Amino acid sequence: MTLAKRIVPCLDVDQGRVVKGVKFVDIRDAGNPVEIAQRYDRAGADEITFLDITASSDGRETLVQVVEAVASEVFMPLTVGGGIRTPADIRRMLNAGADKVGINTAAIDNPDFVHQAAQRFGSQCIVVAIDAKRVSGADEPSRWEVFTHGGRRPTGIDAVSWAQRMAASGAGEILLTSMDRDGTREGFDISLTRAVSDAVPVPVIASGGVGCLQHLVEGVVGGGADAVLAASIFHFGEHTIAEAKAYMAAQGVVVRLAEDP
Amino acid sequence: MATIAVIDYGMGNLRSVGKALEHVDARSRILVTDDPATIRRADRVVLPGVGAIRECMAQLRRLELDAVIREVGSNKPFLGVCLGMQALLTTSEENGGMEALGMFPGEVRHFTACFAEAGVPTPGKVPHMGWNQVRQTRAHPLWRGIPDGSWFYFVHSYFVPLLDDAWTAGMTTYGLEFTAVIARENIIATQFHPEKSQTAGLALLANFTRWDGTA
Repeated sequence: MTLAKRIVPCLDVDQGRVVKGVKFVDIRDAGNPVEIAQRYDRAGADEITFLDITASSDGRETLVQVVEAVASEVFMPLTVGGGIRTPADIRRMLNAGADKVGINTAAIDNPDFVHQAAQRFGSQCIVVAIDAKRVSGADEPSRWEVFTHGGRRPTGIDAVSWAQRMAASGAGEILLTSMDRDGTREGFDISLTRAVSDAVPVPVIASGGVGCLQHLVEGVVGGGADAVLAASIFHFGEHTIAEAKAYMAAQGVVVRLAEDP
Repeated sequence: MATIAVIDYGMGNLRSVGKALEHVDARSRILVTDDPATIRRADRVVLPGVGAIRECMAQLRRLELDAVIREVGSNKPFLGVCLGMQALLTTSEENGGMEALGMFPGEVRHFTACFAEAGVPTPGKVPHMGWNQVRQTRAHPLWRGIPDGSWFYFVHSYFVPLLDDAWTAGMTTYGLEFTAVIARENIIATQFHPEKSQTAGLALLANFTRWDGTA
């Protein structure tokens, strides 16, 4: 008996519909969030993450309704990220049926927010999302910086020490996205994932760049991630969750398989 | 119509527990409530919970629900979930040491400290977050139809150490062995979240809605 590595499909939601951008351009509609969540539930996904990419606040209310609808039909862990800026935002999402919320920009604007949120709601529901980009040259030791605004705006903050600081502030989990790899299908940034995973005592979800099943294995084995997040390889039916788990299990990764008890 | 009271003490994701119970039991009315009289009248009671024990105990005492829980915990089918399980112990080392409800003797411990004490060679990340298997240490009506070793969803940093065998219905290993399910007479309590554990979790909740409270 041991803790299984998790496979987490990520649904980008805009105005209540699931979309997935390639490097945040060329967005395609990939369907209805409740139907997709039910499909992933039946397929044996370990969690589902909703990332709200809606710009307007009206659209945000739509996401609350989406979470409520999904949580009434699907009895598995749900994480919601995007636009979480205040304790009231967290409360609204938890009340709607989310188990965890992802905090990204709001933590950078006000690092104490994560501490306050963890004190009030518990670390178990606070995920700090970090978008990181490699800033070191080819001949230098690896260094990654935290970026905001879809990878366009540098913050000057070192990604590894930021992850440590957020874990110390009460984050219960780190969702680590490589902005260099996101949408490329070239695989996770394994050295980034390993650097953060080794640096923090809390679980790390690797994100950004999955293009094939071997990438999922690399995230766990090479990167030391506790969970792997992917979108397009699942949304467009290239692979099922069951295929991904069977593949990972065959490589010696402990996963929760449908044929298990 | 039978009723199931889900105790609302202002913390955590109560909607999921309520929705999951509605999903598995169309015959009962699910009441998410902090009203002592409603809880006392209910046929079954659920104490859910996420978050920190200090806030949990403070809210229960403020709403005068601690005495109500002890009372219904002695006379009707009662399900504690996660923090709602930990709160049943005597004390917790969370928040610098807290007195809890004292319905089971023992202290809730933190994984990190216990990994060090036990000399666990490769301690896992804390919180213990995700799916782990539960070994059924004895037969219980709530295990009906659920295979031994089924996977359930956990998310917690504190845990209930191994208790008297007579009070344990399930164990899980995460670096060390801990109590995953407490069971004594009309009380059952799970460290994992049945309402988030897909098929196996819904089966356990369905069993609870049909349980008469006898082991």
